[in-house]
Amino acid sequence: MQFVATIHVTLKSSVLDPQGTTVARSLRALGYDEVSRVRVGKYLELRLDAQSRDEAEQRLDEMCHRLLANPVIENYRFELAAAPVKEAGGQA
Amino acid sequence: MKVAVPVFPGSNCDADTYHALRHVMEWQAEYVWHRQSDLLRFDAVVIPGGFSYGDYLRAGAIARFSPVMEGVREFAASGRPVLGICNGFQILCEAGLLPGALRTNDRLRFQCRHVWLRVETVETPFSAAAEAGQLLRLPIAHGEGNYYVGDDEHKRLEAEGQIVFRYVDAGGRPTEAANPNGSVANIAGVANGERNVVGMMPHPERAVESLLGSADGRQVFASMLRWLERAREGALHGDA
Repeated sequence: MQFVATIHVTLKSSVLDPQGTTVARSLRALGYDEVSRVRVGKYLELRLDAQSRDEAEQRLDEMCHRLLANPVIENYRFELAAAPVKEAGGQA
Repeated sequence: MKVAVPVFPGSNCDADTYHALRHVMEWQAEYVWHRQSDLLRFDAVVIPGGFSYGDYLRAGAIARFSPVMEGVREFAASGRPVLGICNGFQILCEAGLLPGALRTNDRLRFQCRHVWLRVETVETPFSAAAEAGQLLRLPIAHGEGNYYVGDDEHKRLEAEGQIVFRYVDAGGRPTEAANPNGSVANIAGVANGERNVVGMMPHPERAVESLLGSADGRQVFASMLRWLERAREGALHGDA
């Protein structure tokens, strides 16, 4: 089965985010005074094959923990969806 | 003294590091391409600076999985000296061989200038030739040198004497103005628990000849010899 994963990698709340602070300042300078906080993270899209959704989740979790996020400073969350099927035969 | 200089795709301070070791310290030095994993024939390893794998994802995040890093892990476990300079420091942190992580500079600008460092401990292979409290003038050149470590771990590192170098002003004070990147407690270099692995953001290899503006970097390399001599003496006299 093929899955499409979307992954968000964000800084832990205890970690300062100078990029976020700068973006917030820039937004306010453009006139958006209502903005009080910005945190900048990463978004990744990934396709993977797996025998089951459980297997896909487990493997993806490992990937996030080992490479895609740095557990010292980052959190991650992901969503998995079955990849859209393109064949006319209509397999699930 | 035979030193390995691992080279990753994107490393760019390897030649300066090799020059400092081979031509200034007059030791044996060898480049080791990142695909080779056997480092046990060396006396020390110095991981150079640069932009391994373009700093893609996070600086050092991909390099830490290169075969040579398995060799570094094994080498570090044998108790022998490992130094990571700049990107080398980032790689060692990503590999979990050093605590903490390096983040984007708080001012968001690449910092390229000389700074003052204070030696916090001489109990490492890269500070053994210096004196505690001694100031060193070394250049930095980094966009992601902002050292982060959680509060509890930070307290532990301070208590255990694992902070090796700190950014200070010319008077030796760790002020905010003296901190070029926002690092927690002005930390510029740390050691592991066994104190044989050290990472530092400044570049000692760019300060080994006074023509370059400072020769203080020599102290870092001279420390390797001092440390090894002490270790050998200790072994001879049966010290632990």
